[in-house]
Amino acid sequence: MRELMRKPGSLAIELLTALGLIVAPFVLPHLGFAPSTINRILVWGLFGIGFDVLFGFTGMLSFGQSAFYGTGGMVAAYLLTQLNFPNVTAALFIGTIAAAVVGYLIGLIALRRTGIYFAMITVAIAEVFYFVEFNPLSAYTGGENGLPGVPTPVINLGFTVLHFDSDRSLYGFLAFWFFVGMVIALRIVRSPVGVILSAIRDNPLRASAVGHNIHGYKLTAFVIAAAYAGFAGGLLGVLQAFMPPDAFTFDTSGQLIMQTAIGGAGTLFGPLVGAAVWLYLSDFLQNALHLGATWKLVLGLVFVLLVCFLRRGLVGGIKDAYALLTARVGTKATLPAASPALAVISPEEDKVTRLAVVKDPALAPMPALYRQDDNYSGPILQATGLTKRFGGLVANSDIAFTVERGERRGIIGPNGAGKTTLFRMLTCEMAPTSGRIVFRGRDITGMTVTDVCQLGLTKSYQVNQLFSGLTVRDNLIIATLAALRGKFRLDLFRSLRNIPGLAGQVTRTLTLVDLAGRAERPVASLAYGEKRRLEVGLALASSPSLLLLDEPLAGMSPAERIEMVKLLKSIGQGRTMIIIDHDMDSLFELVERVTVLQEGRVLVEGTPTEIKGNKAVQEAYLGGVRAA
Amino acid sequence: MINWANFISQCFNGLVLGALLALISSGLTIIYGTLGVLNLAHGAMFMLGGYAGWLTWYYTHSFIAAVFAGALFVMLVGVVIERVVIRYFYTRQHEDQLLVTFGLGIVFVETIRFFFGSLSKAVPPPAPLVGITPLGFMFYPTYRLALLGIVAAALLALYVVLYRTRIGMIVRAGIEDSVMVDSLGIDVYKVFMLVFGIGAMAAGFAGIVNAPVVSIAPDVGEGILVQTFVVVVIGGVGSFPGAVLGGLIAGEIISITSMFDPGYSYVMLFVAMTLVLVLRPYGLLGTAGRE
Repeated sequence: MRELMRKPGSLAIELLTALGLIVAPFVLPHLGFAPSTINRILVWGLFGIGFDVLFGFTGMLSFGQSAFYGTGGMVAAYLLTQLNFPNVTAALFIGTIAAAVVGYLIGLIALRRTGIYFAMITVAIAEVFYFVEFNPLSAYTGGENGLPGVPTPVINLGFTVLHFDSDRSLYGFLAFWFFVGMVIALRIVRSPVGVILSAIRDNPLRASAVGHNIHGYKLTAFVIAAAYAGFAGGLLGVLQAFMPPDAFTFDTSGQLIMQTAIGGAGTLFGPLVGAAVWLYLSDFLQNALHLGATWKLVLGLVFVLLVCFLRRGLVGGIKDAYALLTARVGTKATLPAASPALAVISPEEDKVTRLAVVKDPALAPMPALYRQDDNYSGPILQATGLTKRFGGLVANSDIAFTVERGERRGIIGPNGAGKTTLFRMLTCEMAPTSGRIVFRGRDITGMTVTDVCQLGLTKSYQVNQLFSGLTVRDNLIIATLAALRGKFRLDLFRSLRNIPGLAGQVTRTLTLVDLAGRAERPVASLAYGEKRRLEVGLALASSPSLLLLDEPLAGMSPAERIEMVKLLKSIGQGRTMIIIDHDMDSLFELVERVTVLQEGRVLVEGTPTEIKGNKAVQEAYLGGVRAA
Repeated sequence: MINWANFISQCFNGLVLGALLALISSGLTIIYGTLGVLNLAHGAMFMLGGYAGWLTWYYTHSFIAAVFAGALFVMLVGVVIERVVIRYFYTRQHEDQLLVTFGLGIVFVETIRFFFGSLSKAVPPPAPLVGITPLGFMFYPTYRLALLGIVAAALLALYVVLYRTRIGMIVRAGIEDSVMVDSLGIDVYKVFMLVFGIGAMAAGFAGIVNAPVVSIAPDVGEGILVQTFVVVVIGGVGSFPGAVLGGLIAGEIISITSMFDPGYSYVMLFVAMTLVLVLRPYGLLGTAGRE
């Protein structure tokens, strides 16, 4: 599928989907699928598209999708059966909106926490919906009887009236909406938002550090999943002419998760394939093998085995096998679990721009992006009284620190002097116990790392924080998007190709950190020095006006160090940088002033020459580890 | 309609349910705290304890034998699945751990359904504990009274294991910093296996001692699992005192709300959970960073 998606603007998947949907009702019955089963597969598949955006693409495993499925279905069914609402399609949309609104409200609660907490909270919420539907709201939902008599859709096209009242004709209705749902989802995962969702799945910490409001994007994914669930729930009522109360059960959420895992998460088509396998097997085991209730045991075992041995599900497995088979001799088959969104800037197209850039003699280093308060002329960064305590340990104590615009400042100090803690406070990753930080005349104390990055202050990490499941280019796209789009924007249907400046800035950064030849490689396959350069590239891609580098030379070989120093010199032009490192020779070559920290305090500040001759500094180092 | 005797009796019910939830949740929370795996099959462990106990009772008619069998069988199941499945998931993503334990839960439930059918089974309380006891101001079922004592004793035993033994010290150290425990030269895999067994046993034990109060069925663990999650969210994950406090709070909320309208008991539970999430996101007794 990734192969197919490589062509920019290609509609291959959409066309294949349409073709498949047209052919399916003629082929599947010969394989033993009953017409009503095919219809149910489509409803589950549509339900699963939204879930896959949430789980497969964003990495959030919700066990509570039944709440939205049931809500959408009940609202639509209530309108149609109790209020005699005339238009089935409109009722479905109202149900969808209701589910999305409920999803938004629930998301506000569930997204207060991540990981297993998120899973537990969604389980609890779904259970509440189940009980509310059965008891307090049974006057509206029919309680355990559900809502019978949901009408089939009738569409008046003017010249003819379409009745969808048989399994066959209803298939047309369902297939149409499945197609629409798939097209929308494909647009979403290929949009900037889709890219950011994969970034969140891969490394939420870095996604927020490069300037994306990840909470907003997670909530977006949650609402998208709820909306799809609501629409599918409405279709369930239409399909069965009855809205069953068991749509709200935990089993519904469980079945959705299992179908998605069986088919393959992160593929959009996985849930559909999983539903086909699930429903086919349950029919087959019950009707052909007369296994009765045991079918669920068999499917449970199948599911556990798939999770153990084929984590990417059937679709993922097929893709991997295809990639293995088509891999050219001598080239290692690399299977990055990349977002399809990232593939749209094709390598061929890019080669042209890259050559053009390289030929350009005035290959300027990434300019710092100019921001609103640009006529500010005071010091770019001013920290006063910065103190950080961890329990009884004082990591930083009353640090006063001023950096002028355009300066290149080094920070040295023995291990444990509090250098990294200082950086973490300056980038607002960590709140100081006391003290103030002023960036370009603006008090940023207590702001989030995302907002500070958007203002133009970011850092590269001491320990690489990359999106390691994605390619080098994808990594830089993610960081660049934050600079070009701001911290939150809902351009769900925009193609990456339509973002002015994106391709150019990504290519420039690639060239600058000398990874242009590695652009399509998955990060996991890079050498350490290359990863280190990408780490700097990620910080650079957001065009910061103040760049903090935490030990950029750490762990590098002498040859790699020379390269990195060259790189740092070139990006330092027209930019303010603060660099921590233990490699004194390289650091003194790079910076104009040096601040020495010792035991959480500023020991001395001065030019490299002054520092080299300073007795106190020599003592501090001789007392601890003697650095190179 | 609401009289004091009824109210006090419901408070008592809440205490019994709360103690039970506290025990089950402690099992879940020490497994998560030490191994970093949220066991979605924990409800199934509760159910398995009930069935293992029921089967033993069916053949021996001894309640004590049933309790031992239920607890030990589930401990064995816990040790085996840790060794055979969970161990290979420590290095995989949280989502995979959730998926596989969720799947295992289904396999256990459906296996029991295959052998024993969907109809519920009852285990009567042991003869001396049948009937009701006058407490002066009200009458209360003797077994429930005894259950409170049994579960309290089990919680105490768990406390002693966690806070007064070497293995308990390792477990608590592991919850704080598992990398450090590993580097101290302790064979974490052995500890993990044992912790999984103990955590599962807590659920299995609860499953059999609760069987005389609520009859057992294959899906009896599902509701328990959901309540356990609320308890852990309220109390804070990885915290034994948090599980106890959360359990008691949840038990009382369910019981007292049921007195007015059982349909709202989950709603009230949810309101409590939301309040905790808003006011103290890491749970009442939880610490940041354990997720």
